Amino acid sequence: MNEAFEILFTASFWVAAIRIASPLIFATMGELICERAGVLNLGIEGIMVAGAFSGWFTVYMGGDLWTGVLVAALTGAMFGLLHGFLTVPLGLSQHVTGIGITLLAASLTYFTYRILLPEVSSPPKIEPFQPFAVPVLSDIPVLGPALFNQTPLTYLAYFTVAAVAFVFYRTPVGVAVRAVGENPSAVEAQGISVTAVRIGAVMVGSALMAIGGAFLTMSAFNSFFFEMINGRGWIAIALVVFGSWRPGKALIGAILFAAFDAYQVRLQQITGGVIPYQIFLMMPFVLSIVALVVVARRATYPKALMIPYQKGER
Amino acid sequence: MRLEPRPARSAAASILWPAGAILATVVFSSLLVMIAGASPLTVFWLVLKGAAGSQFALLETLTRATPLIFTGLAVAVAFRAKLWNIGAEAQLYLGAVMTVVIGTGAVTLPSAGLIPLIMIAAMLTGALALLGPAILKTKFGVDEVVTTLLLNFIVLLFVSMLLEGLLKDPMGLGWPQSRRVIEEAQLPRLIKGKRLHFGFILAIASAIVVWVIMKKTTLGYEMRAVGHNAEAARFAGIPVNRVIVKTALLSGGLAALAGFSEVAGLKGNLTLDLSPGYGYTGIVVAMLAMLNPLGVIAAAIFVAGIFVGADAMSRSANVPSYIAEVMVATSLLTMVAAIMLMRYRVRWR
Repeated sequence: MNEAFEILFTASFWVAAIRIASPLIFATMGELICERAGVLNLGIEGIMVAGAFSGWFTVYMGGDLWTGVLVAALTGAMFGLLHGFLTVPLGLSQHVTGIGITLLAASLTYFTYRILLPEVSSPPKIEPFQPFAVPVLSDIPVLGPALFNQTPLTYLAYFTVAAVAFVFYRTPVGVAVRAVGENPSAVEAQGISVTAVRIGAVMVGSALMAIGGAFLTMSAFNSFFFEMINGRGWIAIALVVFGSWRPGKALIGAILFAAFDAYQVRLQQITGGVIPYQIFLMMPFVLSIVALVVVARRATYPKALMIPYQKGER
Repeated sequence: MRLEPRPARSAAASILWPAGAILATVVFSSLLVMIAGASPLTVFWLVLKGAAGSQFALLETLTRATPLIFTGLAVAVAFRAKLWNIGAEAQLYLGAVMTVVIGTGAVTLPSAGLIPLIMIAAMLTGALALLGPAILKTKFGVDEVVTTLLLNFIVLLFVSMLLEGLLKDPMGLGWPQSRRVIEEAQLPRLIKGKRLHFGFILAIASAIVVWVIMKKTTLGYEMRAVGHNAEAARFAGIPVNRVIVKTALLSGGLAALAGFSEVAGLKGNLTLDLSPGYGYTGIVVAMLAMLNPLGVIAAAIFVAGIFVGADAMSRSANVPSYIAEVMVATSLLTMVAAIMLMRYRVRWR
């Protein structure tokens, strides 16, 4: 029992937790931007698959790691554009379209993979991002290595949260994005196009989701596998609700979730096969549902979430 | 641009937009086929031949359509009441689990008693699986999309656990698979020596029953009312939450029948690859059918044909069979757009 408790004070545990949190932070921020603009993006799971593949493949073909990140982001943005076009001006069901985008992005990725790498039996490896110790900060006991001895992509994840918070609460663009998710008619009255703001937000959000996918193939691992996203997109959607659509709270949610995930892996090793491993693997998903139930009562959805906007209506 | 409702149904729009959707899907898939280095005409011909070019192909398509009719119906029923059940995959697997639990010898009855017993038990299991998310939605306001999606992962892990534990076949050489269901629990084959089984008839019958429920009963009317406008329905005195729960029970039960029919009719036992995503594909089927229960039959056969045809095609032409998934996803997106444009017209100013 003591052993199970001591894990929490080891640096390696927190290093793993932050590593697990990183793709979730990107994906959660991406979904949060979409939803704050009033568009639920269920394309997230497929967009992460596409980002994971396109970033990794760019590097495999000899591209620079950051070029890979950029390609992943652009891939995500393209799917975001499609989702935005179908749900905003056309006003299609965001649920159905999102599932369609996930099916399309994932199947296109698998198709492309088979075409580009027809002969391989096991996917080739790339040289991924390496951890970079931030001087001084990484010397803090336990938390130092956890937070500041990670790969540059994790630092980009921290930066993304700060940037999203800054843009949302300190810039006119952020005000416009939040307003189209709360009261679109008021935005239109200011002479700003609701359609343009929403599509833009969905594109940026989808680009972040794709970078979250790319983190897995270019930082956490060094190869692309089918099914490697494994529900992380859906978990990000739960984290957005858990974080009440606020970047800071969502960040805390992602880290708590990842810590729990890292903890169950270690607990699994300690208990040594007495409890079936599937029980441990289930826990992150169960935890997500529990978290949703806990916060659902006081959740304040963006008022125009999932409501298509028609100019001149009302 | 903005959309305005068409004052009257336009015959031209009702034909042209769906035709455009099919054309767009064909053009996009042709591009991919050309990128893969093959000729689209050859590939589409091979897909068609593989799906319907022989008695074997046609029977194979109908066999593949069977679970899709069930999951398509499950989704169509739920979406009609705007209950976003994305968890048909989980409900399917739970139906299959119940089939194996009862059908492998725990209960011995003649077929006429055993099969209905298993069907009812399977439906109840699937119904309970969706009851949870439905109650969380109505009582706590938890979005059912996320809960049903997450439940898919939980249930698949649960099944994996059962197949390595309680339900593991001791004679299975260590593979994670269940024992085979006894003869009395098996659905008969429709043609001797072929794979098409009685589950297909059950699927057709289910579609007709669901159609009657949707069109001819109070529940069906209430479900449509809730889906159309929950606030107005509540104002009109319809018990919205109770209707949502009933919808969930029906939808979960239908999805579970897909699992039952795959085990009892086709595979004989439960493995972790029982369903290659039939629950998710059911969403496409339901949308292509415009949520019409009878349309689900045609849509399921169409989608099954693409999958079966693409499998056959990829064996002879050098195009990955994933082209089928791409075509199905593309047709979903183009068809929902087409359906919208049938009802609304675009004004550019």
